[in-house]
Amino acid sequence: MTEQDQQDMLKTVGVNSIEELFKDIPEEIRFKGELPVSKGLDEYALTSHLSALAAKNANTDQYPSFLGAGLYDHHVPSVINHVVSRSEFYTAYTPYQPEVSQGELQAIFEFQSYICELTGMAVANASMYDGATALAEAGSLASAATKRSKLVVSTAVHPESRQVLLAYAHGLGLEIIEVGTKNGVTDMDELAKAIADDTAAVLVQNPNFFGSIEDLASIGELVHAQKGLMIVSTNPISLGLLEAPGKLGADIVVGDAQPLGISSSLGGPTCGFFAVSKDHMRRMPGRIVGQTVDRNGKRGFVLTLQAREQHIRREKATSNICSNQALLALCASVYMSVMGKQGMIEVSQLNLQKSHYAAKRLADVPGVTMPFTSPYFNEFVVKLPDGVSASAVNSKLLKEGFLGGYDLGRSYPELEGHMLIAVTERRTKEQIDQFASRLEGCL
Amino acid sequence: MIQEKALIFELSHPGRIAYSLPELDVPALDAASVIPASMLRSEPAALPEVYEVDVIRHYTELSRRNFGVDNGFYPLGSCTMKYNPKVNEDVARYAGFAKIHPYQPEESIQGALELLYQLQVDLAGLTGMDAVTLQPAAGAHGEWTGLMMIRAYHESRGEHRDKVIVPDSSHGTNPASASVAGLQTITIPSTDKGLVDLDALRAAVGSDTAALMLTNPNTLGLFEEQIQEIAAIVHEAGGLLYYDGANSNAIMGITRPGDMGFDVVHLNLHKTMSTPHGGGGPGAGPVGVKSLLVPFLPRPFVSKTEHGAFTLEGGNDQSIGRVKAYYGNFGILVRAYTYMRSYGPEGLRRVSECAVLNANYMMKRLEPYFDVPYPGICKHEFVMSGTPLKQYGIRTLDVAKRLLDFGYHPPTIYFPLNVEECMMIEPTETESKDTLDAFIDTMIQIAKEAEEQPELLLNAPYDTPVTRLDETTAARKPVLNCACS
Repeated sequence: MTEQDQQDMLKTVGVNSIEELFKDIPEEIRFKGELPVSKGLDEYALTSHLSALAAKNANTDQYPSFLGAGLYDHHVPSVINHVVSRSEFYTAYTPYQPEVSQGELQAIFEFQSYICELTGMAVANASMYDGATALAEAGSLASAATKRSKLVVSTAVHPESRQVLLAYAHGLGLEIIEVGTKNGVTDMDELAKAIADDTAAVLVQNPNFFGSIEDLASIGELVHAQKGLMIVSTNPISLGLLEAPGKLGADIVVGDAQPLGISSSLGGPTCGFFAVSKDHMRRMPGRIVGQTVDRNGKRGFVLTLQAREQHIRREKATSNICSNQALLALCASVYMSVMGKQGMIEVSQLNLQKSHYAAKRLADVPGVTMPFTSPYFNEFVVKLPDGVSASAVNSKLLKEGFLGGYDLGRSYPELEGHMLIAVTERRTKEQIDQFASRLEGCL
Repeated sequence: MIQEKALIFELSHPGRIAYSLPELDVPALDAASVIPASMLRSEPAALPEVYEVDVIRHYTELSRRNFGVDNGFYPLGSCTMKYNPKVNEDVARYAGFAKIHPYQPEESIQGALELLYQLQVDLAGLTGMDAVTLQPAAGAHGEWTGLMMIRAYHESRGEHRDKVIVPDSSHGTNPASASVAGLQTITIPSTDKGLVDLDALRAAVGSDTAALMLTNPNTLGLFEEQIQEIAAIVHEAGGLLYYDGANSNAIMGITRPGDMGFDVVHLNLHKTMSTPHGGGGPGAGPVGVKSLLVPFLPRPFVSKTEHGAFTLEGGNDQSIGRVKAYYGNFGILVRAYTYMRSYGPEGLRRVSECAVLNANYMMKRLEPYFDVPYPGICKHEFVMSGTPLKQYGIRTLDVAKRLLDFGYHPPTIYFPLNVEECMMIEPTETESKDTLDAFIDTMIQIAKEAEEQPELLLNAPYDTPVTRLDETTAARKPVLNCACS
């Protein structure tokens, strides 16, 4: 503000200085001196500084990536950035005034529709923080719906999602029972023993953390026989090929929409999605957009079922979520609009085909073996020769210009020396072949 | 029903495509040969089939039906809808920030870790706290994280404390977050001056008090002048003090939560640090703590080694665990860091000074036309009541709808709950006096219209893509997707 404006405004307010506007802050708690924060930079110095920081990171445009483990290097259609860069979307708040927020509201309504189509579920919400918190909130919903407090979770669920689930469960007083794996999928015998008539839900991931495809239909039968719920966390790109979890008995389907046109950004922001069968609609966390009409009978959209939400129900709300990830839900919607019915199938197929080719190439590397025989989608586990550390191999691969797979020893001590390899449609045959030969050299 | 704007699903024609995918350069493989038929999709998802130009026109048209800060003044109280500098957006899209993976070897993400580390340090300096976690994805997520740490702290001392005290004007997320953290809420009334009632607070605290949650300045835009006494009451009872940072835009460089006696603070970076609200996210809700809570911080966090490298640490055994996958909403943290660096220590203080002056100016000029229940000086926002218009049959909702016709986003309405016909106005520092004057003049005109032609307000808005929507039917007979298949 200019000096003149400031003087005029102070005069109107009836004070002599800006300091007078802070006279209600007791002297003893006033901050004296210069704030201990980094010094200010002009725009040119600022962008130079940030360019330099960015340049210290190996980005996936320059380094072909075989890293997945929940975040994938998919092609992001150009259209997406153009749509989400429209400031009418990105500088708006939550659509509390529907008459001037029809764009956002309709986009969310379409996002909900897309998620229902992909997952085979009846109702979806406007998004969650990420796939991990979506899974945790699904556990909370299941407990409230069944009035039971035990959650059975497969260790083939993303380790970080399980950690988040554990933190939420501690807050809510829920008990978590972990079930191990066999041949890269949830151990069905162990699972059958873990499920009882006090089980609120079974939580599985499909494709699971090892890339393997779970037998959802059988898992659903086990838990439904005890009147518990089946919660499935899924990779939306796989749903071009894999059966919709809703058709296999899932009661709640969650996941992370990152594969749908969202950049990896060190893991955030991404976008969690959350879909339920009709029975659980009124227990869903977060925002929901509904269709209605205006006074002239024109179709329009509003935030609805708000009686579940924190600003109305306060401590009795189904969840404390307020801001979600609306802009990234928009990314996912634009992605699905671009891909359409055929593109979703095709991208899913490309992922499957390229990953299976890569698996064959890597299995040919002397000393490298495939420990699991379960069917898999675009990610699989390889075992490195005995005594070889996955993280040491990754550091060597980095020098060769590649981002290697996820070191499974980080979260599964029994899988020390195993690497989780992700192959998306962006990996060319040439890159895969080179990666296999460089890996051989790094062992 | 008149269907003016089509859903994208309604634009679909079989065979149209908008995608371009990499070629299949490896041997073709039939999915059915590697995956059992029962696990394969029996019918394709009914997604729309359109051309790229259809996608662009569809979303461009939707954007035209949406109001953002770049469209006009957005004085939504407690949401701090300040202008979002464009450089922040450019920077966040650098490939070195946008296209990196959290599981890359640490040596290949040193720039990202350095940025996170410096942001932790700067936010600790700004709030007067000893350590900061950047993991929470939103303010409410930060509240829950902070309360979980408070809970863990009490538990570690063998104390059973499960009550969280909040003022009646608190944000709805406060009690909801307490509930998700397994704690119960006690609501205490405010005084007729709009401040915490110390007697009510004294009566509420006890051996079961886990924390008092407070925003300061509070949701009425008033600074809790007795904050040191409040802190003493809560601390003497063995409880901790939680700072809801929703209103931090008023105090940067002027006072710090840590210096006021708070033990935990969350900041809404999408408010205070100008990261765009995105139509409802993504946000970021870092949490700062005093040293007594450091052992309970979520894992992991960034630290600096003695050799000057940056590393992710697993955290202490007493950690509350992980609250979000990976390391937080990194892309948002990049924007916030960029914002803080563009201002620096003096600039941030100036931001708060201007935000407070703008709010006081508006309040003073509007006072004669509306009811201002808490006159005097306010901080960065203030509340007004629409009760004087009730005699003409006009409610605050009608004023809000009429504002839409003039190209303004309305203020927050009907919050806080303890003010009748409430309007909460927050102009922010990024608005010029001209903008404020034009809005004030419009408000004065609407007050006159309420008296002279109330019908005009009751039927507003006129100049929007739709008129007032039937929210009751939407909730009673929910239609939540297009059910296209």
